[in-house]
Amino acid sequence: MEKLISASLIGLSQGAIFALMALALVLVFRSTRVVNFAQAGQAMVSTYIGWEVVTRTENYWIALPIAAIAGAILAAIIETFLMRPLAKRASHGAIAPVASIIASLGVLGVLHSAAAMIWTSEQKLFLSPVSVNGIEIGSTVYPFSQADILIISTVIIVMSTFAFFFQRTSLGLSLRAAAFQPEISRLAGVKVDRVRTIGWALSGAAGAIVGVLVTPGSYLNPFSLDILLVYGFVAAVIGGLESPQGAALGGLILGMSLSFTSIYVSSGLTFIVPFVVLLLILIVKPKGIFGGGSSRNA
Amino acid sequence: MSLIVRNLSVDHGAIRAINNLSFIVEKRRLTAVIGANGAGKSTLLRTLSGLIPASEGKASWGDHNLLKGKAEQHVRNGVSHVSEGKSVIPELTVEENLDLGALWRRNKKEADVTKKYVLELFPRLGERLKQRGDTLSGGERQMLAIARALMSKPQLLLLDEPSLGLAPLVIEQIFQTIRDIANSSNLTVLLVEQNAMGALKIADIGVVLNLGNIVAIGPSADLIADPAIRAAYLGY
Repeated sequence: MEKLISASLIGLSQGAIFALMALALVLVFRSTRVVNFAQAGQAMVSTYIGWEVVTRTENYWIALPIAAIAGAILAAIIETFLMRPLAKRASHGAIAPVASIIASLGVLGVLHSAAAMIWTSEQKLFLSPVSVNGIEIGSTVYPFSQADILIISTVIIVMSTFAFFFQRTSLGLSLRAAAFQPEISRLAGVKVDRVRTIGWALSGAAGAIVGVLVTPGSYLNPFSLDILLVYGFVAAVIGGLESPQGAALGGLILGMSLSFTSIYVSSGLTFIVPFVVLLLILIVKPKGIFGGGSSRNA
Repeated sequence: MSLIVRNLSVDHGAIRAINNLSFIVEKRRLTAVIGANGAGKSTLLRTLSGLIPASEGKASWGDHNLLKGKAEQHVRNGVSHVSEGKSVIPELTVEENLDLGALWRRNKKEADVTKKYVLELFPRLGERLKQRGDTLSGGERQMLAIARALMSKPQLLLLDEPSLGLAPLVIEQIFQTIRDIANSSNLTVLLVEQNAMGALKIADIGVVLNLGNIVAIGPSADLIADPAIRAAYLGY
């Protein structure tokens, strides 16, 4: 019973992180068809900015929104000055389908090196605002901390805010429309380029929040968030790569399968599980759980 | 205000899709552009709405140069384009599709008035506001596409093959609706159609295109009566 509770709660906490990372990737992919490998680097740079704020002010609650804003600005800059011109210039020939992917790898490299130059490759300690020690109930200590509760609640708040924004606001409607049908959206008066930049900015903010949530209690270095890229992509693909709800569910499935395998089977399997899940989904349901709903064509 | 097209040429790479086209559409007239596949009809509309660039010539609606600026700007200048193939967003609900057409309008009260008018025009859409676009029939989708364009309160409406893929009875209904809209509002309509007879019947003026060139232009009743046009384009 204790094992079951622990596995579920850890799965929930990890799943929340994967879900938010997946959402960041999905937001970019569905609005601009870019598979953004730079996402991990953007989150890392934003987390460093959050770290700077925390070390100066000793206030995590100021650092979180500042890092999110920094992440949004960084993403908007990458979209405006690199990805948009690239989509126009490299639109023909063999390079067209891969140009943006290669460019995003390039950005990741630049961000890695820049961070190492500014902050050195030395580990930085990111202090947590809440306890990272396991919660004690009675005589048992659960491998589950206040920091995990912070992660779960923040991700729920962020994701609900996104959902509200997308479903209930005019700008949200523009974003969805431009993602589904850019040409029709243009004809309806949506400024598609501007809306795409906003999509990137939201994604950058989501990635920054991921970084500032997972890093406390452990160390930050220029490569410390790269592994989240893998988990984020796996979660996004499980969810169909285009659907925010799919990203949430994908993250949860991945988090649960990781924590249950590591608690019930062996912690040595944690690096294999995500890939096995990914391959299974790709073979059984290649469009993901939320992808490719049938539509009436008459 | 009128639509003036002068010496317009458009190229798709090495292929000239529209060659030196000149015509005028007077305000509040319904003009039908007919011709076979590949005559350049869709290209003409896509050029006028700012989706593709022209190679040469001029096109203007009142004071607005239609060959300058992006499509999203043209809507703000009163030009709405319903592109080919039921231009609705299937993943969005009927109401979201409608609202999309008026998002750019600052005055939300006026937009609400337009929505009311549009829903009176298409009561069937009013019954399906919360349904997704892809649950509609082909005819309903075409109506939604036109309704969305009307939500932008256009002065010039560009319609690309509204009859495409629809059953004959539904086509008749759509054409009648287009005629009604043109009659009842302060709207100039440029209708592009392969269904030449149906389009000419409701139009005031007809333009016959062939391989990017104007073959004939005149009152649509005259075109229908012309034996050469009948034989080549109307099928009898």
